[in-house]
Amino acid sequence: MKYIDEYRDKGLIMKLADQIGKSVRRDYTFMEVCGGHTAAIHRFGIPSLLPGNVKLISGPGCPVCVTGTDFIDKSIAYSKMEGVIITTFGDLVRVPGSASSLEKEKAAGADIRIVLSGLEALEIARINSEKKVIFLGIGFETTAPGTAVTIKQAEKDNIKNFFLLSAHKVMPPAMEAIIKEGVNLDGFICPGHVATITGSTVFNFIPEKFNLSCVITGFEPTDILQSILMLVHQVNRNTPKVEIQYNRAVTDKGNIIAQRHLSQIFEPCDEQWRGLGVIRGSGLKLRKEYEKFDAEKIIPVRIKFREEDVLCICGDILRGLKTPEDCALFARICVPENPAGACMVSNEGACNTWYKYKLIK
Amino acid sequence: MNDFVSLNQGSGGKLTHELIEKVFVKRFGIAEPLTDSAILKDSGYTLAFTTDSYVVDPLFFPGGNIGKLAVCGTVNDLAVSGADPRYIAASFIIEEGFPMNDLIVIAGSMAKEALKAGVKIVAGDTKVVDKGKCDKLFITTSGTGILKPDMEHISTGKRIKPGDKLIINGPLGNHAIAVLGARNKLSFSTPVTSDCASLNHLIRRVLQSCKEIRFMRDLTRGGLATVLNELAGMIGSGITIDEASVPVDDPVKGLCEMLGFDPLYLANEGKVLIVAGAGEETRVLDILRSDPLGKYSEIIGEIVPDKKKLVVLNTSVGGKRILDMPSGMQLPRIC
Repeated sequence: MKYIDEYRDKGLIMKLADQIGKSVRRDYTFMEVCGGHTAAIHRFGIPSLLPGNVKLISGPGCPVCVTGTDFIDKSIAYSKMEGVIITTFGDLVRVPGSASSLEKEKAAGADIRIVLSGLEALEIARINSEKKVIFLGIGFETTAPGTAVTIKQAEKDNIKNFFLLSAHKVMPPAMEAIIKEGVNLDGFICPGHVATITGSTVFNFIPEKFNLSCVITGFEPTDILQSILMLVHQVNRNTPKVEIQYNRAVTDKGNIIAQRHLSQIFEPCDEQWRGLGVIRGSGLKLRKEYEKFDAEKIIPVRIKFREEDVLCICGDILRGLKTPEDCALFARICVPENPAGACMVSNEGACNTWYKYKLIK
Repeated sequence: MNDFVSLNQGSGGKLTHELIEKVFVKRFGIAEPLTDSAILKDSGYTLAFTTDSYVVDPLFFPGGNIGKLAVCGTVNDLAVSGADPRYIAASFIIEEGFPMNDLIVIAGSMAKEALKAGVKIVAGDTKVVDKGKCDKLFITTSGTGILKPDMEHISTGKRIKPGDKLIINGPLGNHAIAVLGARNKLSFSTPVTSDCASLNHLIRRVLQSCKEIRFMRDLTRGGLATVLNELAGMIGSGITIDEASVPVDDPVKGLCEMLGFDPLYLANEGKVLIVAGAGEETRVLDILRSDPLGKYSEIIGEIVPDKKKLVVLNTSVGGKRILDMPSGMQLPRIC
C-alpha cells in the first residue's frame, strides 16, 4: 500500500538497524514523548532491532494517560446530572477516576456517548436541543484545533446547549518539566503530529537551554530508526539541535491556519497532568469571549479532591523514571480489562503497549 | 465482575469469556470446550446445533443486511464444525414503527441466502416491542446440521499436531469496516464491501478432498487474533503467524492505520481459519483458490510446540511480538 509499504521495507529497516549498531559508542537514553511513537515502537518490535546500549523510555504523550483523576471525577459528576449528555472519545471511558469510570457510569445508566470528533458531539447537541451536551476535550496541539473549529461552528450556528470541558494540553512545557525533573536523557524523539501543527521551532529551547538533542519523528518503523540514528549522531558529535526527520509533514512554521484557530479560541492556563502535577502554561482554556461554551463556568460542579492510587506508578512512568515492569500492579492487578492507572487504558499508553506487545526475549 | 453489564463484555474478547464462564457455563453445566456448535449424539445420529443473535447497526450495509447475516452466520457456525447445515429457526424482535418494507426486504434476503446455502428456514417467532424497547430489529437464528462420525474431531481440534499449517480464505476486516462506513460515522465513503457469505459449500469441497483437516473456525467477532488465542488454549500448543502473509485489502489497511484498529482483531462474516496437516496445505489452498469465496486464500502460519500456549506474530518488518486476546471492544455492534 502506497505511503505505508515504503516505510516498512524490511531491507531498509535492517540497513538502518545495522547503521545504528555501527554508530553507537556509549550508552544512550532517548525519550519518545508521543504515545503514538510508544505504540509504533512496540507494535513493530523496534527494541528487538536496537543494540543493547540504546534505551528508549516513554514520555507523557498519551493524552488519555496524562488526564488527571479530577477531570474524570468531574466528568462523572456531570454525567449524573439530570438532562446532561456526555460526549467523549472512546479511550477516555475506561480511565479510572477516584471511585468509578465513565464506562461503569454508562453501564449504570448515564447518557455517555462515544464520538470520533467534536463536530459529531455538536451534531448530538443540535439533535437534543432540550439537553445539555458536554464534550470532553482532551488531546494536545494535534486534537485541540478540531475542538477550536467545533466551538467556532457552535458560535456560528448559535447552539446554546453545547459545552466544553477542556483538558487540552500543549507539549513543550511538559517536556521542560521532565527535563527539570532530572530524568537522565540524551535526547527526544519529538512528536511528529504535534510538530505538524506547531512547527519545529517550539522545541528549539531544548537544545539551546538544556543541551539535549531533538529529532522530530514520523510514525513508521523506518522513520523511528532513522531518527534514532540521527540522535546517535548528534550525541556523538555533541551538536544538540532540532532536526526534522518527518519532513514530509513537518516544517519550521507548522500549520498556520490551525495555529490561528487555536489562538482565537483558547488561551494558555496552568494544567494538572497525571503524575506530573500542575505545569504552568501547559493547558488550554476557552478565551473570555467563548466562556458561554465553558462547562465549568456555566454548569458548576463540585468534586472531592482525592489522592491517586499510591501503588500505581503511572506518574513515574510518564516522567520516564520507571518502566511498567517496575510496577507491582502491572500485569497482575492492572490489566487492560481492569486498568488501575491511566497508562493501561489507552492504546497509546506505555503500560497498555507493553502489555499488548510483550517482546519475545 | 462489575455490578452492571458493560459493552466491553460483548466484545468477544477476554471479558466476554469471563461473562460466559462465570454467569452461564457453571449454571447450565455446559461441558468445555466451548465450540461454534454443540455436537449432540442421540439414537445413533450425530447432530451439530448452534444459535446466534444479530444486532448489527445499521441493518443495511454494503454487501448485505441483518437478514443475510443471520443466515450466513448460523450456516457458517455449523459448517466450520464439520457439519452439513440443514435447518434453521429464526426469531425476530421488532420495534414498533419499523418500516414494513424493510422487514420484507430483510426476509427476502434471508430466503435467498437460505436457498443459496441449501438450508430450510423451518420455524420462527415474532415479537413486537414498544418503541424504544429495542433498536429497530434484532434477529436470532438457530440451526442444526448432520455431522458425519469422521468429522467429530474438527470443532475441538484434538488431532492438531505441531507442524500443522494455518490457512485463511481471504483478506481480513472487510465486514467490520463496511459496517463502520455504513454507520456514517466516518466523514468519507469507503469502497469496502462486507465479506458476508455462507461458506458451507466451499468447506464441503475442502472436506471431501482433504483427509487431514484438523480444525476450522469462522473469524467473526474478535477476529483472527481471538480465534488463534482460543485455539492455542484449547490444544495446549503455540502458534506462529507470519504477518506479511496475512491478506488485508488496501482500503481496510488504510482505514485501520487512520483509526488505530488492527485488522487481526476485526470481525469477518465470510472467513474461515483452516488447520491442515503438514503436507496437505497446498491441496487445501488449491481448492480454496478455485472458488470465488477463497480466491485470495493464504497460508499464514503454523502450530508449534509451546507449553506457554503463546500466539507469536513475526511482524512484517522483522520483529516479533505476542498476539494477545483483545481485552475490550475495538468497534461497537458489528454483527
